[in-house]
Amino acid sequence: MSLLSRRSLLAASGAALATPLAAPALGQANWPSRPIQLLVPWGAGGGTDATARIVGSLLERDLGQPVNVVNRTGGSGVVGHSAIATAQPDGYTIGMITVEITMMHWQGLTQLNPGSYTPLALMNSDPPGVQVKADSPYQDIKALADAIKARPAGTFKASGTGQGGIWHLALVGWLQAMGLKGDHVRWVPSNGAAPAMQELAAGGVDIVTCSVPEARAMLDAGRAKSLAIMAPARNPMFAQVPTLNETLGINYSVGAWRGIAAPRNLPAPIAQRFGTALKKVYDSAEFKDFMTQRGFGTVWQDANGFASFMAEGDRAMGEAMRGAGLARG
Amino acid sequence: MDALMQAFGLVFDPFVLAVIGLSAIFGMFVGAMPGLTATMATALLVPVTFFMPPVPALGAIVTATTMAIFAGDIPGAMLRMPGTPASAAYADESYAMTQKGQLNLCMGVNLVFSVGGGLIGVAVLIAFAPMLAEVAINFSSYEYFWLACLGLTCAVFMSNADPVKGFLSLFFGLLLATVGIDPAAGFPRFTFDDVNLMGGVNFIATMIGMFAVSELMRGAVTVDATTKVVAQAVGNLFRGIGGVFRRYWLNFLRGSFIGTAIGALPGAGADIAAWISYAVSKRFSKQPEKFGTGEVEGIVDATSANNSALGSAWIPALVFGIPGDSITAIVIGVLYMKGMNPGPTVFQENPQLIYSVFLIFILANLIMLPLGWVAIKSARQILRVPRNLLLPVILLFCLVGSFAMTNSLYGVVLMLCMGILGWIMEEHGIPIAPLILGLVLGELLEQTFVQSMIKADGDYLDFFSRPIAGVLGVVTLTIWLVMLARGFRRGPVAAPA
Repeated sequence: MSLLSRRSLLAASGAALATPLAAPALGQANWPSRPIQLLVPWGAGGGTDATARIVGSLLERDLGQPVNVVNRTGGSGVVGHSAIATAQPDGYTIGMITVEITMMHWQGLTQLNPGSYTPLALMNSDPPGVQVKADSPYQDIKALADAIKARPAGTFKASGTGQGGIWHLALVGWLQAMGLKGDHVRWVPSNGAAPAMQELAAGGVDIVTCSVPEARAMLDAGRAKSLAIMAPARNPMFAQVPTLNETLGINYSVGAWRGIAAPRNLPAPIAQRFGTALKKVYDSAEFKDFMTQRGFGTVWQDANGFASFMAEGDRAMGEAMRGAGLARG
Repeated sequence: MDALMQAFGLVFDPFVLAVIGLSAIFGMFVGAMPGLTATMATALLVPVTFFMPPVPALGAIVTATTMAIFAGDIPGAMLRMPGTPASAAYADESYAMTQKGQLNLCMGVNLVFSVGGGLIGVAVLIAFAPMLAEVAINFSSYEYFWLACLGLTCAVFMSNADPVKGFLSLFFGLLLATVGIDPAAGFPRFTFDDVNLMGGVNFIATMIGMFAVSELMRGAVTVDATTKVVAQAVGNLFRGIGGVFRRYWLNFLRGSFIGTAIGALPGAGADIAAWISYAVSKRFSKQPEKFGTGEVEGIVDATSANNSALGSAWIPALVFGIPGDSITAIVIGVLYMKGMNPGPTVFQENPQLIYSVFLIFILANLIMLPLGWVAIKSARQILRVPRNLLLPVILLFCLVGSFAMTNSLYGVVLMLCMGILGWIMEEHGIPIAPLILGLVLGELLEQTFVQSMIKADGDYLDFFSRPIAGVLGVVTLTIWLVMLARGFRRGPVAAPA
């Protein structure tokens, strides 16, 4: 981190203190007149954090005000998502919301849902992969799928995230598409993708269904391999990994997506300004280069597109989670 | 090799060197002030490190703690008040030397053997951490479950307090660790519909409260305004050191290795290392009757031990994410904040950062020699800083630090509550360290237990199914049986008459 971003972080704490004092209407005419906070519900160093930081630094260039990334972690994302939803809709607090917003309320963790926000733009989506240990007896996805079908339920163990998290649903969806029950492969909850990959390398579980970029460290170290991704097309960064469709003829795809949103009732002119600025960020070579280099997928939806994307995703998640017995209440 | 070159580049950067220099001075000051501990120095650095990249952030903590553990010896010799608990074991002995007119020799021995012990601890860290990481990459939830059990057992076993009070503190820590979203089923527990509590009890804010605020409260209750400093002038510190080394080199090595071993055990740090090595020194001395009368022998053991414990405490912290002492418990939080999640993979993913930490450790121990000399020479000025100005400044740092941990007032409120709790606990002789360890390891314990049970389809014997897990399990159960057997044999001790 350079001296500059250290200074901007300092400014962020200043902005945090100043927020309650400024009335929302006051700044509208000459918005933005002070630094903007970009809240991230996940920890520093992770994929969401990295994506938010590149978006923030490019937004800063276009809006002419510092955009400070602030991590509000904990509670499986509830803490940060709720901080974004409950902030003042004055254009000075926005956040990166993630796929969990269409899932957590089905689990009864929070009242928040996609309707709690003013959607601004969808920027990224990563499909799940199917990772096994490097010396696993199943060297391609077909062999693994056949073995799963042939053995009794509970023989295979899989991990990748917490109970009811996005990668758990990816597994459930894949099993259901193969005509099996959602719990045919037993789910071992973990504290995110990295500990799950460690467990895989240690021989504790058989399969990890996190996204390929998240598995990258273990793949590069030669301790694990990716057999397939659950997406319509291959990822150019990992071109040797086939899709489920071309190998098993299963057309199943979900994804962990990330987008930018503001609290509900953000004034329309500010939302439009954000929309054009974010489009510029998405089209910039820096953003494309960064995302490709990390292996992250890029997708674009403007405010309206993002809203209908989330509404559809929310409905589908509700169905999938009820089907898998993960929904509560 | 590439990573090592990168590490040199990262450390020998003007900004990083400036941070190391400033934190060294800060560490010397905090260590030399009675009542301010090395753990507190780390806690106070948290808000500052928040705005830094990983290398200077970790460098600041490494340097400040190294200096603080040595500097704690200074007021021990001059005021008979240990600057940090790590110097408490031999503060009386040091003061007795001062009264015999041997302040020079005493301070010289403390400085030189602190540097020596520190370097041995670092050498062990450099040699063993990467090796252990290679082994630990094959650890699954079973091994981690037993390691968490062993860590928690150590916390009670190693504290000087009554075991019942140790267990009380430990179980309260485990209880606090259950607040938030349960790691297995994803269900919120004890959150009272509060979004902040869903994130759990933040352990760094807790530690700042328990270690710093509780100390401030104690200071506020008993402000002793005047501290009398020994009038003795400090002359040539290094005269006579060669003779001491020739006579007591065995003590130096023994103290360093005892310190290293104790530092690497979870829950026990520099203070316990000093107590134990002082006791061992007395036990094996040719002239145990001279201990306590201003003899240098025990000081050599203990001052080497407490500095060597610092480096080795990083071994379990980096490799397993299990803190070796209360300082590394904070370090683990800082590592997570910087995206360097502790665990065996950190050695593969960020080798240059790990090597940088090693380099800074060596560097810190080397600059301790000149800086320690300056600190001893200016000790009288340092000890004259009025506490009624110092304590509010520290409180301010605590507030900023706990805010930075959660980016909200929740951290501040939590820190203040824990400060009051910590103060009440200490006033009643209940140790704080087991609570912290329970809080830090609680989630790991629960998560690995549930993971293992799911993997084993409910069969408890699977906890012993892998070779390393089996050994760790048997060791843990044996320690528990021995503790129980001892408790029964002794019967209800100290029943109130």
